[in-house]
Amino acid sequence: MRRLTVLRSPVGAASAVLLTVLLALAILAPVLWGDRAAAIDTDALQQGPSADHLLGTDQLGRDIFFRVLVATRLTIGLALLATVIGVVTGLVLGSVPSVLPRWAARIVISGVNIAVAFPGLLLALFFAVIFGTGTIGAVLAIAFAITPSFARLTQTLTASVSGRDFIAAARVCGVGRFRLLTRHVLPNIAEPLVINATLAAGSALTAFAGLSFLGIGVQAPSYDWGRLLGEGLNRIYISPAPALGPAIAVVLAGLAFNLFGEAAAAGHRQRSHRATAVPATTSSAPDDGGLLTVRNLHVSFPGGITPVRGVSFTVHNGEMIGVVGESGSGKSLTALAVSRLVEHPGTVTADALEFGGKPLDRTPDRELGTRLAMVFQDPTTSFNPTKRIGRQLSEVSEVHQGLGRVAAARKAVDRLGAVRIPEPERRAKQYPHEFSGGMRQRAMIAMGLMGEPQLVIADEPTTALDVTVQREVLKLLATIREDRSAAVLLISHDITVVAQTCDRVLVMYAGRIVEELPTDELFTAARHPYTTALLKAVPDLDTDRGAPLAVIPGRPPEPGEIGRGCPFAPRCPLADDQCRTEEPELTDFGPDHRVACWKSETELAGVR
Amino acid sequence: MTTGWVPFARRRALRFLTSLWVLVTAAFLMIHLIPGDPVRESLGLTAPPDLVAARRAALGLDDPLPVQYWHYLSGLFRGEFGTSLISGTPVGSLIGDRLPATVQLAVLAFLVVVAVAVPVGVVMAVLTKGGRRRGGELAFTSTSVVLAAIPEFLLAVGLVSLLAVQLNLFPVAGNDAAGSWVLPVLALAIGPAAVLARIVRVELLSVLGNDYVRTARAKRLPSRLVYVRHALPNAVTATLTLGGMMLAALVAGTVLVENVFAWPGLGSTIVGSIQQKDYPAVQGIVLVYGAGVLLVNLVVDVVLAMLDPRSTIREA
Repeated sequence: MRRLTVLRSPVGAASAVLLTVLLALAILAPVLWGDRAAAIDTDALQQGPSADHLLGTDQLGRDIFFRVLVATRLTIGLALLATVIGVVTGLVLGSVPSVLPRWAARIVISGVNIAVAFPGLLLALFFAVIFGTGTIGAVLAIAFAITPSFARLTQTLTASVSGRDFIAAARVCGVGRFRLLTRHVLPNIAEPLVINATLAAGSALTAFAGLSFLGIGVQAPSYDWGRLLGEGLNRIYISPAPALGPAIAVVLAGLAFNLFGEAAAAGHRQRSHRATAVPATTSSAPDDGGLLTVRNLHVSFPGGITPVRGVSFTVHNGEMIGVVGESGSGKSLTALAVSRLVEHPGTVTADALEFGGKPLDRTPDRELGTRLAMVFQDPTTSFNPTKRIGRQLSEVSEVHQGLGRVAAARKAVDRLGAVRIPEPERRAKQYPHEFSGGMRQRAMIAMGLMGEPQLVIADEPTTALDVTVQREVLKLLATIREDRSAAVLLISHDITVVAQTCDRVLVMYAGRIVEELPTDELFTAARHPYTTALLKAVPDLDTDRGAPLAVIPGRPPEPGEIGRGCPFAPRCPLADDQCRTEEPELTDFGPDHRVACWKSETELAGVR
Repeated sequence: MTTGWVPFARRRALRFLTSLWVLVTAAFLMIHLIPGDPVRESLGLTAPPDLVAARRAALGLDDPLPVQYWHYLSGLFRGEFGTSLISGTPVGSLIGDRLPATVQLAVLAFLVVVAVAVPVGVVMAVLTKGGRRRGGELAFTSTSVVLAAIPEFLLAVGLVSLLAVQLNLFPVAGNDAAGSWVLPVLALAIGPAAVLARIVRVELLSVLGNDYVRTARAKRLPSRLVYVRHALPNAVTATLTLGGMMLAALVAGTVLVENVFAWPGLGSTIVGSIQQKDYPAVQGIVLVYGAGVLLVNLVVDVVLAMLDPRSTIREA
């Protein structure tokens, strides 16, 4: 089945046709035109192309066009023979280490590793010397030139399969090493091996042409394309056709093998994609001018996927706001959208997206770079591994604040000290991998402090850290907020983290805000069934340790799965027909408290 | 700098020396692996037996194998590669005469490859980022696949036929005039440049998806700095690894291209020597090519270690 998918891509189909033509020529050409290719015509020596002789004639008056056609058999045959010998030898060399004693395996592996460093042509020349010039010598030379890379490939593939569970299971069952290799390992790496063998056949063909061209391969009176090319090149001044004919044949045949291999490899890699449509919905919310104003924010991707669907909120100066929700609720994308970091093919639309009273897309980079600081989830991957920490901090001031290299570096050290990194001078000269996780996250915050941040957007800043370090980072964010009266937008999947540190909480579900309320009301006055379910799932000291931990049944919908109605309805104990057909808007429920739910306060109070 | 450097240098030097020893031994054994008597093979069936015997004695082929091996190794340390069976001149001076032309050709071609492929790859990555400009991507990929699939010596033939014979723009062969460099360098550079440009594009695209690129954008650096300062150095690792293999292949490619253009380098010499069965000359030249490849790999690894400090820890 899978082999046929190759033919479905245009490249695969074209190269398959080309290969078929080549094989047909290899079989039929010597039978059909063998005589014409061998016919000596002393009246027409070394002619240029004409109607009688499409590519001209050689020094004995033989027709070069037919000689090229007839040579297909020898050329393809020798290339395939060399490939088969090379691949089989490589397969043996690559797989024996797993059945050999350890010391012998090491010798084989390091031998292969050394040989693989040398280009194939050099190996082929080396073996051509040993096996002598001529057809058999060239076949063996090219075969052994392919061998090391195939041995290496087999080793790599075998190693990747050996770690899998079914191999471990077979080993536990007492399957012998040889049987393990032939019955369990080799069948599972067969496909990439076949693909690479096809590619190897293409290079064997061109390498063979090269050897024959150099006079080391096929010897007269036999002839392959390489030999014809070599003969033609001597006369290229007089007429290019005798050289170009065989050259084009080699290129076409090489391309056919290569492209077929590439197409097969592409088919092997392909993963299925799925996409579903989503009805567009909107919501609006009242707001007054704040530091960050977001109204009706949508983030969508091609294929009708809209992970953020109409989010509205306001962040005031010096405020600390938490955004909670399960993964996939759209909270991180919201953070990226409000910091203008969503990349193509994602598109961001909003009725209003303002920072400091100015539309975000018209705020110059210099201003955003100094007034808006970002802290990302994984400090390990968020620093550039090839640059020193100090340099990554100081470039902010160099680019945006016009500081010189030395002054900027001094400022970086100062800021590293400000986030309580010990020995900041020494640490600034180190690379990210020399920092611990917590220290990296503090350095990331220090990077935000290179400017004069009015807003710090922290996207799951503590998720990748252990619990003791989490506290330090949260404390640091709180300190920054107090000392610099900067606002903080803290995104987290952990409602307790938000409850401890923030003034106000936004609860997100399926790309929307479902509830917004002050933190001190969170445990007493939360209304939305999702918020209350989140709170119930948090164990505390009074939780019965004998009972299983509370969970929310079901799973949140994927962005492509959201249909009509309240997206939480399938998991909600209170859901009725209205919930399943109409999506509720976010509406005022009390002072500073907004909820998107159809249920009345009495009904909601019942589930708490 | 960091603790990784010393063990890295020791490990890498050890690997280089082991590979060099294997190479030297292989070159030594080459003469002994040839079926029959290499001197008889070389001088032909009609050569008088006393001449063959004298040549055998002169080459030391009658000594026991370990003694020959010792002589070979100690000769190499003194810079002696043996004597040509055909011309009777020292192989060392033959190599000395021919090597510069080959090295110049390979280095120039490599510089052209880098100078063309890196900017093209970067520009293509930026233009086709996030699935933009599908048509441009398809055109670029298919052009580079086709160019890369044409072996350098066929490209050379095509270039000669078109630019030298038809249009008479450049000389057909030799390396006397400045213009005679153009075709050999092009023939060597076009294929690798196509491959490298594709690699640079793919690597840069995968690097652009990394968190630290988002950090760089969050710092609101100009996109020029994001690409050149933050993304490119991280794409260098894989690019350079493959680039090193390509440079090694380019060294081998000179053999064929030199033969097309009658370039007075090692490549045309080794082919002539193989055809004439001048085994000491072949032995010496194989050694030079092999050592060249090993040296290229060593340099690539050291440069990698300097650019990306983590690579000194890797593979340990």
